[in-house]
Amino acid sequence: MNTTLVLGAALFWLVAWAANEWLVRLRPSGPLTARAQSIAVPLLFGVTLLVIWEGFTRGFAVPSVLLPPPSAIWARLVSSVPTLWADFRQTFLKAVLAGYFLGCGLGFVVAILIDRSPFLQRGLLPLGNFVSALPIIGIAPIMVMWFGFDWQSKAAVVVVMTFFPMLVNTSAGLAAAGHMERDLMRTYASGYWQTLLKLRLPAAAPFIFNALKINSTLALIGAIVAEFFGTPIVGMGFRISTEVGRMNIDMVWAEIAVAALAGSLFYGVVALTERAVTFWHPSVRGG
Amino acid sequence: MRALAQGRTVPVMAVVAVIVLIWYAGTFFLNAPFERDQAARAGREIAFGELLERTMAQERPVLPAPHQVFVELWDTTVNKAVTSRRSLVYHAWVTLSATLLGFAIGTALGILLAIGIVHNRAMDKSVMPWVIASQTVPILAVAPMIIVVLNAIGLSGLLPKALISTYLSFFPVVVGMVKGLRSPEAIHLDLMRTYNASRSQTLWKLRWPAATPFLFTSMKVAVAISLVGAIVGELPTGAVAGLGARLLTGSYYGQTIQIWSALFMAAALAACLVMVVGLAQTMVMRRMGERP
Repeated sequence: MNTTLVLGAALFWLVAWAANEWLVRLRPSGPLTARAQSIAVPLLFGVTLLVIWEGFTRGFAVPSVLLPPPSAIWARLVSSVPTLWADFRQTFLKAVLAGYFLGCGLGFVVAILIDRSPFLQRGLLPLGNFVSALPIIGIAPIMVMWFGFDWQSKAAVVVVMTFFPMLVNTSAGLAAAGHMERDLMRTYASGYWQTLLKLRLPAAAPFIFNALKINSTLALIGAIVAEFFGTPIVGMGFRISTEVGRMNIDMVWAEIAVAALAGSLFYGVVALTERAVTFWHPSVRGG
Repeated sequence: MRALAQGRTVPVMAVVAVIVLIWYAGTFFLNAPFERDQAARAGREIAFGELLERTMAQERPVLPAPHQVFVELWDTTVNKAVTSRRSLVYHAWVTLSATLLGFAIGTALGILLAIGIVHNRAMDKSVMPWVIASQTVPILAVAPMIIVVLNAIGLSGLLPKALISTYLSFFPVVVGMVKGLRSPEAIHLDLMRTYNASRSQTLWKLRWPAATPFLFTSMKVAVAISLVGAIVGELPTGAVAGLGARLLTGSYYGQTIQIWSALFMAAALAACLVMVVGLAQTMVMRRMGERP
């Protein structure tokens, strides 16, 4: 055991904690410094986590089969960019994106279609809510059986996973426009489609984006897990399961880092689009 | 009749009936090619009636008919001893125990984190963004590795699976509880101040009761997601028991009926768990004096 490293990491943690306590007590003088503060605090916390991880794994000489230190993972990440890129293209660019757009699009269209039929709404929405709570990921083996080993079967899993949250949220959103506004549209003698396009869809946007955000993480999970059930020799889920078998844990962590980065970026893009589209919403205006 | 149509039961039934019909149609069309192929190889024509009959009773269908799945479900739950390896109840119990353990740890962890976040500004600023970021890590994808690694250091059996569930279920609880613990209005917090209440008194007498509805709502999400975690946790390591293992062996040996029955069992389990949390919510909220 290397005491210096462990103590160093612990010391760093204490100092960083104190620094954070000091940082949050500062009264920011302007919006810019407030912004910098709200970025610096979590950043420092993240760096602390990495330092503790590095210090403890090296200090206690944890075998890299169990938990490699971040520096080793980084080295592995840099040295195997082509493989990671190929996996990323197979899983994310093909399966996730295709499934995500198809599933969200279908959910949206179906929600619009059943909007005019209260009977179908009352029938489909409880089912949709129910299905959202089910372990849908379990259909992965069936989809692999039906659509083959390539990315189409993963996209199919993603479609099913993303469909129901979108359906339920869009339906809830279409009911969100207030009575006053609807009455106003009536006094303008606007038709169903005009009311839908000019009032109800914009009012539903926060709900729709909520579903899009939930789905962005669901889609990645669905595609990766579906790859455990059979896949061509490329893909993030495939790489994770085979490298675990070969005890190349640093490669697995590199793949995880890529997945986390892709997931965060995906989520971030959706969130930024939301800010741009629903600029009028209190939660965006207020912050 | 009109009153019935206004409720939820009739529409839901109608939609379910349509789904079952579509399912039967799908069974026929997906399984028919195999039977036609068989007939062609045997060098004979197959009549429509016979085709229909055969597609509904294949041993390894592309899509099993609903009644096949239910016969299998009935067979593996009622007709087998609960302790038998072939009993679906046994497998469901294996998964359920991991789910519940993970759910309990996750909920406790989530509540603790939320209390810390509400009371400490540094924690709020530094931990909260990472709690959110933690969920963009596709943990389900990482689950196999975590289980293998934990096995290597001697942790095996229930706990590794439960830890996956924990990781998934703490998130909704943290988010819901932070919102809930902050939900008391300023005027109530001021009242507690005029009583000279300490922070822990404010927590137990004001914040906690105010957060209870939020807690139950997040627990419903958490319990459903922790079941998913337990199932996926069983996939990678060649687990021998549990619903996830049933899915995996089913997919290896092309036992589609087994896959579907495991899926329905998982669905029933999820529905029961959410319902139990919902019932607990109703009871607790009634005790707390909520008027329906």
